[in-house]
Amino acid sequence: MSGRDTVLGDIRSALVDVPDAEVPDGDPALHDPRSQQAGLDVVELFIERAADYRATVVRVPPSDAVAAVGRALTRAGARSLVVPPGFPEDLVPEGPWSRLEDAPPLTVRQLDAADAVLSTVAAAIALTGTVVLDSGPGQGRRVLTLLPDQHVCVVRASRIAADVPEALSLLHPRRPLTLISGPSATSDIELDRVEGVHGPRTLDIVVIADE
Amino acid sequence: MSGADNVVWLGTPPFPEAARAALADTRLRANLRRATGTIRDRRLAVTAELDDWEDLRDTAAAVKRRTLRHLDRHLLRLEETVTAAGGTVHWAADAAEANAIVTRLVQATGESEIVKVKSMTTQEIGLNEALAEAGIRAYETDLAELIVQLDGDRPSHILVPAIHRGRSEIREIFRRQMGKWGRPAPEGLTDDPRDLAEAARLHLREKFLRAKVAVSGANFAAADTGTVVVVESEGNGRMCLTLPETLITVMGIEKVLPSFADLDVFLRLLPRSSTGERMNPYTSLWTGVTEGDGPQDFHLVLLDNGRTATLADEVGRQALSCIRCSACLNVCPVYERTGGHAYGSVYPGPIGAVLTPQLVGVENAASLPFASTLCGACYDACPVKIDIPEVLVHLRAKAVEAKRRDRLLPTPEAFAMKAAGVVLSSPRRLAAVQRLAALGARLVARDGWIGVLPGPFARWSGTRDTPAPARESLRAWWRRTREAGRTTTEGKGR
Repeated sequence: MSGRDTVLGDIRSALVDVPDAEVPDGDPALHDPRSQQAGLDVVELFIERAADYRATVVRVPPSDAVAAVGRALTRAGARSLVVPPGFPEDLVPEGPWSRLEDAPPLTVRQLDAADAVLSTVAAAIALTGTVVLDSGPGQGRRVLTLLPDQHVCVVRASRIAADVPEALSLLHPRRPLTLISGPSATSDIELDRVEGVHGPRTLDIVVIADE
Repeated sequence: MSGADNVVWLGTPPFPEAARAALADTRLRANLRRATGTIRDRRLAVTAELDDWEDLRDTAAAVKRRTLRHLDRHLLRLEETVTAAGGTVHWAADAAEANAIVTRLVQATGESEIVKVKSMTTQEIGLNEALAEAGIRAYETDLAELIVQLDGDRPSHILVPAIHRGRSEIREIFRRQMGKWGRPAPEGLTDDPRDLAEAARLHLREKFLRAKVAVSGANFAAADTGTVVVVESEGNGRMCLTLPETLITVMGIEKVLPSFADLDVFLRLLPRSSTGERMNPYTSLWTGVTEGDGPQDFHLVLLDNGRTATLADEVGRQALSCIRCSACLNVCPVYERTGGHAYGSVYPGPIGAVLTPQLVGVENAASLPFASTLCGACYDACPVKIDIPEVLVHLRAKAVEAKRRDRLLPTPEAFAMKAAGVVLSSPRRLAAVQRLAALGARLVARDGWIGVLPGPFARWSGTRDTPAPARESLRAWWRRTREAGRTTTEGKGR
């Protein structure tokens, strides 16, 4: 017998107490996940929560967005910048950095040597201060936003959802998804939180809000 | 069970013996107190932020219980969706089968080293040891797992396997061992957690960049879409899930969820319960393979290894709802004092005390259901509401049964219970024993308390002080003071 038949057979004999008539998705959800978020100022909350986990967050009007991205790169001293395919040209600042495109695909060594990467987001979550990437336009392959030391993320206010359920409903499961809440961190030493382990050491979020 | 199986560590003493040794280690106790205290405060702060925390727990518990009752259907659906998305699904009845599958898959790539995301399941099956036998080196990339691996140690906590180590011990391990596994620790390494984390980053970066094969566990998998989820903090998970060409995920069969939408509940519960964060830094979700992005060869190994045996027990089944957050460890007064090694299993703490005996058979971990005061803090903390005290009591009964089956003569405990049954079933015998006990107790008690007793009584009295019985039992006192007037009082009332 194959492992598959053995495991499935053992599951079925373990569940003899479950009536045949019982349907797998019987009960309605006990909980309405969207009940308590009415009236939240999601933009303000997102900024507060993302900053709480040591992301550097600024809120700017559309007219100042490209300058804000430039200031973030300058602050960290970026000399090379990865720009994913589909990233809005009008948000790529001029500065003392060389520009790397992912066509043809950059090698991991090139990405490891790059200082910074720009990206848009697929969604953001206010309550947890999270940004969600889905490898869509302006974000590129997952590895682009993983290896450089600084990740500068541009978030349009309309992309900010109140909580996890609203954000998940905006996403397509078939795409690779990455939820990012602050820079990389560990609690492995005495359960004390330390930022900056393997992912980008710095996460900059530029929230573009209407004036 | 295979020799490589790690659910129960062979040669470790039973819990009471191991606990005694652990309690004598003052540094261990200081490390544990500090770490569990920190995490408890953080968990309470972030769970209190949500008005609907209890609703979330109820929902999660209901989803998990219901999923388990139809586990076969959900797994078949998962197999179908993962396959449709370009992945390959394998089924393993036990640790040996799972190890053989992973070894074969790694060998097929021609590689002799792999990088690993922290995974309880691969710990449980002893995958690293099995791969080593096949000449394949597995590098742990989670900081705590790295500490444990470099030190040749064993994990002592589900979330933070090196919780028993303080910062200065970690610095020593890095200084001594890193050079043997790759890039040595930097000169002048301090014991500042920032410095230690940086040393791990430098040590592992080279391994990530050249890795061709990665092995991970899974926190969840959605049956309706085939989406697999890994929740992590450091970015080592993203490295392993993104950079290699081949990704092999070993997942316990109980981790499946019916739908992608169910994730919303669990992604809110898990980080708050485990690290006390509103959200962990990184969560990766992937569905099969995506052309041009990440591993192009994805294998999902579905592991039983004792889970169906657990599923067959209608009381014990709920332990399979566990999402490995480790909140129960952090609130447990027993765990806080003994640490994880005393449990002698890859699954320590309250959840280990109910999961381990069920995975390996209660006769192979008979002391674990007793490694608890039944205070119930674990049940209060559990995000999926596993009634751990209920399962503990249930397993205690099974442990006693198992012991009785294996013996010709009754155990001393069974003998004592039998005697108690004889006494308690007769008021006359009970009264006689109470009189004798009151007399005997006054001979051995000091200031009203009975301390350590000699002989067979030491097993009870060695770990507790008992108040001496009163000179007179309640029943005797009642008879002496009230009995005489009772008939007349009643007569007046009617």
